[in-house]
Amino acid sequence: MVITSGGAAGVPVAPPAHPVAGDAPTPAAAPAGPVRPGRAPRREAAWRRRDRRWGYVFVGPQLIGMALFVLLPFVASLVLAFASWDGLTELEWVGFENFTAQLQDELLLRSIVNTLLIALITVPVGLGLAVVVAVALEKLRTRTLYLILFFAPVVTSTVAVAMIWQQLFRADGVLSGAIAAVFGVAPPDWLGDPRLALIAVCIVSIWSSLGLNVIIFLAGLQNISPSVIEAARIDGAGAWRLFRSIRLPLLSPIVFFSSIVAFISSLQTFDTVFVLTANAGPDNATRTIVYHIYDLGFGRFEFGPSSAASVILLVLTLVITAIQFGAQKKFVHYEDDSA
Amino acid sequence: MTAADLESTLVGRPDLERPRRRAAGGGTRRTLGRVAIHVALVVAGLAMVFPFLWMLLTSFKTLPQLLQDPLSLWPDPWTIEKYVDAWNAVPFGQAYLNSIYICVLSVVGTLLTASMAGYAFARIRFRGSRVLFIVFLATQMIPKQVTLIPFYLLMAKFGWVDSHLSLIVPAMLVNPFAVFLMRQFVLSLPKELEEAALVDGAGRWRTFWSIILPNLKPGLGALSIIVALDVWNSFLFPLVLLNSPDLFTVPLLLASFRGQFGSVDYGLVMAASALATIPMLVAFVIGQRRILNSMAASGLGGR
Repeated sequence: MVITSGGAAGVPVAPPAHPVAGDAPTPAAAPAGPVRPGRAPRREAAWRRRDRRWGYVFVGPQLIGMALFVLLPFVASLVLAFASWDGLTELEWVGFENFTAQLQDELLLRSIVNTLLIALITVPVGLGLAVVVAVALEKLRTRTLYLILFFAPVVTSTVAVAMIWQQLFRADGVLSGAIAAVFGVAPPDWLGDPRLALIAVCIVSIWSSLGLNVIIFLAGLQNISPSVIEAARIDGAGAWRLFRSIRLPLLSPIVFFSSIVAFISSLQTFDTVFVLTANAGPDNATRTIVYHIYDLGFGRFEFGPSSAASVILLVLTLVITAIQFGAQKKFVHYEDDSA
Repeated sequence: MTAADLESTLVGRPDLERPRRRAAGGGTRRTLGRVAIHVALVVAGLAMVFPFLWMLLTSFKTLPQLLQDPLSLWPDPWTIEKYVDAWNAVPFGQAYLNSIYICVLSVVGTLLTASMAGYAFARIRFRGSRVLFIVFLATQMIPKQVTLIPFYLLMAKFGWVDSHLSLIVPAMLVNPFAVFLMRQFVLSLPKELEEAALVDGAGRWRTFWSIILPNLKPGLGALSIIVALDVWNSFLFPLVLLNSPDLFTVPLLLASFRGQFGSVDYGLVMAASALATIPMLVAFVIGQRRILNSMAASGLGGR
């Protein structure tokens, strides 16, 4: 290190004056909140009491909102799951009947399987593609145009996305036509064939969320300190080795976090199946859990069974999050000195 | 993920367009590598825009062309008739007004309430603040759809079904993610900033309003983009809560359009889709730098 300015070299610099440093009690006694110097202890205590009230005032609006619009409906959902009600006639308690009926309902089971399939296909494929694109983008000096192209679907409403793809997937449409021409097969009927309809939903959701993951991973790659890369390169690491042993491990916390977010949002798939596959696809082939909740609640006004299905969605979400946190230990690498 | 990791991911100020620092050396191999990357990305980029281009081209086609030659890409002849028809068939202008004002009110409300709560959780000591904060974080785990039916019943009780209040008021008052994000931003501000004001006798509100809020501008900017995108594109709740076409938001109107007009004249459907997406895409391209960096900063995105 070369010191260019002579004066300060070697002389310890006085810490900047702290407005409250002199009178502050030990940090253990008051870790947060300023202390007003030169006040009598009693006025100090009065100020703290008033300040505490300000805490509730500031949290107030969000607290009321959460209690009224989240916690209350949430508890009501748990309660309704044990009742039979259509919103008009008398509410009737039925115990676990909704759950036993739902868990034997072929439609719910199919919804769960479809939803899990969508999540299990879109999350690994989508995140894998996003890592590849982000690594490629990071190597470039100008990437604005690419960023715009990849992100455009993210800012487009899922309804519009689904409407466009619905026409692209027409049996007499361009995609089927291209596949028929290239592979010499009959043009596939994407949205009419139960198997293909689910694949179509996956393609659309990968396409529309790719850009979001790309920019998050790109920001993560940019956070890797160049000195780490440089050190590895000096040690003779090639491009693949750099990716496998440096970039990917250092990116893994962000990939892990994104995988949880992506999985949970896949479990909530609704817009795409509602619009793209016109409700739930041929023979309920793309019926998802949220569609099932919507259909029971607002198609048939069976609030009890619909709430039971909501609770099943909640449990599924929590279980999958727990599994992912369990898997984290094995695959996620944290840079120890990054904090 | 440690708290510090999370914080740096969330509150870091990414600049996605910052070019990579180049290592010394390079030469032909490196240039060739970059060309290969460009070629691959151009192909991938084309796949990303193709649906939008196809939507635009299809929207300018006439019905006979759609029926006779569905595989052609280029309109022949061009017509803007579909746009006129789509605009006249459903209240598009009204839907845009609805979406814009719902979005603006929701964003402004969220910015205020979330930064207030974030400030309190970061800097004010009050009984139960830790527990409350944990409750806020925990409610993020509840999928919104789980509360769909009771939420609808509650709105019915309030008389807010088929009213924009059922979308705006909850959006203004509930956003745990925004609270969390604003708390992180407040924590990243130096404490001395507000202590000076408090010592000088400014109250909490004045300190918040004239010291904290102005310093939170980058965070508020990022948050407003995230919330706006989320509100603009939300579909399930408006679908359930709104019945009158005059109250529809843009996505809802578009979805109803699909129901009213069959799939034969899909040029009309594509014109309607273009009317719903192109203004958003133009706005995105204009503000892309801030939007991309905000979304990267949030690390978790809008949904």
